[in-house]
Amino acid sequence: MSTATEANGIEIRREREATEKTVFGFWVYLMTDCVLFASLFAVYAVIHGNTFGGPSGKDIFKLPYVLMETFALLTSSFTCGLAMLAAQRKAKRQVLFWLGVTFSLGLTFLCLELNEFHHLTSEGNSWRRSGFLSSYFTLVGTHGLHITFGLLWMAIMMIYIWKRGLTDTVRKRLTLLSLFWHFLDVIWIFIFTIVYLYGSIGL
Amino acid sequence: MTQFAFALLGRLSWSQFPQDAITRGGAAGIVLGLLFVLAVITYLRKWKWLWKEWFTTQDPKRIGVMYIIVALVMLLRGGSDAVLMRTQQAVSVGNNYGILNSNHFQQIASAHGTIMIFFVAMGLMFGIINLVLPLQIGARDVAFPFLNATSFWLFFAGMALVNSSLVIGDFSAAGWLSYPPLSELQYSPTVGVDYWIWSLQIAGVGSLLSGINFLVTVLRMRAPGMSLMKMPMFAWSVLGSMSLVAFAFPILTVTLALLALDRTIGTHFFTAGGGGNAMMYVNLIWAWGHPEVYILVLPAFGVYSEIVATYARKKLFGYTSMVWAIWIIVLLSFTVWLHHFFTMGAGSNVNAFFGIMTAVIAIPTGVKIFNWLFTMHRGRISFKSPMLWFMGFVVTFTIGGVAGVLMSVPIIDYQVHNSLFLVAHFHMMIVGGVLFGYFAALTYWFPKIFGFRLHEKLGTYAFWFWISGFLTAFIPLYILGFMGATRRLDHYSASLGWQPLFIVAGFGVVLIGIGVGFQVLQLVVSIWQRNERRDLSGDPWNGRTLEWSVPSPAPFYNFTKQPVVTDRDQFWVDKQSGKKRRTEYEDIVLPKNSGLSVAIAACAFMVGFGMIWHMYWLALLMLFGIITTLVVRSMNEEPEYVLTAREVEKLDHARIRKLKEYEAYQ
Amino acid sequence: MSSKPLVSDHDEQQLSYGRYTAGFLVSIGLTFCAYWIATHVNADRNLLAIILALLAITQFAVQMILFLHISEERGPRWRLAAACFMLCVVLILVGGSIWIMNNLNYRMSPQQVLQYMQSQDNL
Repeated sequence: MSTATEANGIEIRREREATEKTVFGFWVYLMTDCVLFASLFAVYAVIHGNTFGGPSGKDIFKLPYVLMETFALLTSSFTCGLAMLAAQRKAKRQVLFWLGVTFSLGLTFLCLELNEFHHLTSEGNSWRRSGFLSSYFTLVGTHGLHITFGLLWMAIMMIYIWKRGLTDTVRKRLTLLSLFWHFLDVIWIFIFTIVYLYGSIGL
Repeated sequence: MTQFAFALLGRLSWSQFPQDAITRGGAAGIVLGLLFVLAVITYLRKWKWLWKEWFTTQDPKRIGVMYIIVALVMLLRGGSDAVLMRTQQAVSVGNNYGILNSNHFQQIASAHGTIMIFFVAMGLMFGIINLVLPLQIGARDVAFPFLNATSFWLFFAGMALVNSSLVIGDFSAAGWLSYPPLSELQYSPTVGVDYWIWSLQIAGVGSLLSGINFLVTVLRMRAPGMSLMKMPMFAWSVLGSMSLVAFAFPILTVTLALLALDRTIGTHFFTAGGGGNAMMYVNLIWAWGHPEVYILVLPAFGVYSEIVATYARKKLFGYTSMVWAIWIIVLLSFTVWLHHFFTMGAGSNVNAFFGIMTAVIAIPTGVKIFNWLFTMHRGRISFKSPMLWFMGFVVTFTIGGVAGVLMSVPIIDYQVHNSLFLVAHFHMMIVGGVLFGYFAALTYWFPKIFGFRLHEKLGTYAFWFWISGFLTAFIPLYILGFMGATRRLDHYSASLGWQPLFIVAGFGVVLIGIGVGFQVLQLVVSIWQRNERRDLSGDPWNGRTLEWSVPSPAPFYNFTKQPVVTDRDQFWVDKQSGKKRRTEYEDIVLPKNSGLSVAIAACAFMVGFGMIWHMYWLALLMLFGIITTLVVRSMNEEPEYVLTAREVEKLDHARIRKLKEYEAYQ
Repeated sequence: MSSKPLVSDHDEQQLSYGRYTAGFLVSIGLTFCAYWIATHVNADRNLLAIILALLAITQFAVQMILFLHISEERGPRWRLAAACFMLCVVLILVGGSIWIMNNLNYRMSPQQVLQYMQSQDNL
């Protein structure tokens, strides 16, 4: 092998190692974020019964509405996957399309959730009302905050892709973003089950 | 218009500056100290150099030095708090109420614990890991250099916030862990608890990021051929500790956030009414708190493994069992946390379970101590000061450790919980285990980083004053605990007969102070005499691991060429077989300096300051600043540069020429 | 390492499309199942809780494997190790906290003990 090809091979291997290292590091961060949510779940589990004379989950959760939210987020997780596949094929416009769909669905989810929060707050059931509501707003709100940061990141990535194309760095960052987005949907599975479904059956 | 301006200032007002003599003295000390440092730097015209060589560096060795400097300065601050507390407790008997009022004493006690754990112990730990880990595993840098720098600056921002509480506002008077309901707004309406929350939240984020960083570093950046079972024991201990950091710190993040929410937007997590549960706070904070103490001690254990093997001139006994011990400790440290609140009211089943797990976790620790002793057995031991620190550790950690096993029995703990017996126990573990270990590490690795050795005799004097002072200060506390003395007392009745023991303890602190004085003297003298103390070989202690194979001080790129490893203690094996590694030069890719880490931390400081003083516009603006800085960072297409082989060769030759100059001094 | 991939790029893409689609459809199915059970099935609350939890855990596993590619890691499986460690910590933290805090509740005042015991016996 000539030194030029050798150097190029080393370059590619270095790039791949760097990517794997970054992806692994981000994965470890996601695991720590799981522990963060677990702490919030632990708090919710302990004080969700402390309604202090106020409403319980059964009183305030509207399951069909939440099901809509869930489908929006779940679909966005799927379309994010489609965006990743397009990125593997280096199909810039398809990536932008699917990311746009993902963003819209994510924004829909966020708006539905903010609407739910607004509704609760305006009828006097804010986080100040009881321990239950404090833990509800904080658990679901933290997830919503993560979604917000995800959407911000997604918007910035779309600008990057549009301006700089699908470079190695951009595709590496897209991988991280997609991991983040999938992880948020995983967390939502548990919020949906433990907060909303359990709440609606009176647990 | 003026009303609007005042609204912008939130809770700030002139009355928030210190109002009495002692607090004014403290504030003046900090401010004048800071001004003095700034003046000296300006006078010597070193700002540009500082910025270019230190503040914007991505070299973990420099970052490590900065961590350690901050930690040692904070040791003086925390130590001053200790001196004040000991003095108060020695004189405040009967009609004498000492030099501090109750509230002030509680603030000092809270500050002492907070600073010592979060800024001294964590700072020394991360500092030493930064200095040593990449070298030991044959890497050039950590996995994420920019993240590493950011972690340090976040740590610095947290430290700055804690110290700001001395100048404006007050500090928490609710203990180093701020239990509610005392720490809730109703009972702690001042900014004190908020200072506590935000300085820890910011420093905590830095710690979490470091945990991820070092974990990936150990798993991904070892030199070719260095399998995990060929790693030095210190690297194993770092892996264990960082696993704990990564998985325990999020619990702290949440708990601090929930307390902050209670204090700012009126949630009811831990409030006395409204459906809150203050006991949940205790549960969560210790679910983090117990892993935290293992986070601190595991790397210290790793340091001891390196030191004992080196100074006994024998390979570490029971390498495999040491690795197992680390991982059993890591796992078990998540299963013992209730022993911090046996008396909170859980039933006997719960207490018994956690009591048993606590007793069990003493076993792997015991295994480690025996392995060190077996390493020493039939070794040719050189009692240099790192070894002395190790021996001091064995004595204090054993005494403190058996006190701990005693308290793991809930029935006994009911008698001594929150007494001075407990205080003596955990000081022996943290000072004897963690602090002595990191002191030993500093002496041991000092030549590798700075190129010259520390004055050995002065270090020895420092050790003897430290160990005698420490035992004098804390053995009386065990007795006082049995006599019924609770912790955090700022006054007690004369009829109790405690005063003589408190006076003895106070004398112990004087001895420790002399020990610290010798450490300062050692540093000053060593720097003064550095030319006579040069480490010319790079291997002043006849070491075993890879960091001793590079010259002292270690070049910023660590290795001219990454070594290929085939054995454990590769450097020792090479020396025994007489194999000399040829110096080869190759192109090296290194990260460029960046000032963005400083920017992020400055913004974080402002976020904290804004939240504390209810200047929410500032907090929001600075949060936006952090996000902007991150986006700017992400736009940097070329965060690295290439040091060509020729340039490395030139640097290396310059280094060798310098060595020849130094030889003239010997 | 420049080893030849066992599967061509096109086939890999097809496989991945299949994985994502399957994951999506199964998740939708599990979500709807859980919703339906929670709203239409009348059974003991604790039994429902277990069923819903199992559905959630199944969806978690499906998404970990099909969306987060946890099974596709080559070489030493550190991501899997990190995930397992995380699960251990989460189970200990959440389970332990619930056990401890419940136990504390159990030892409250006599009236509260009575209330607690009654709630446990579904009286």
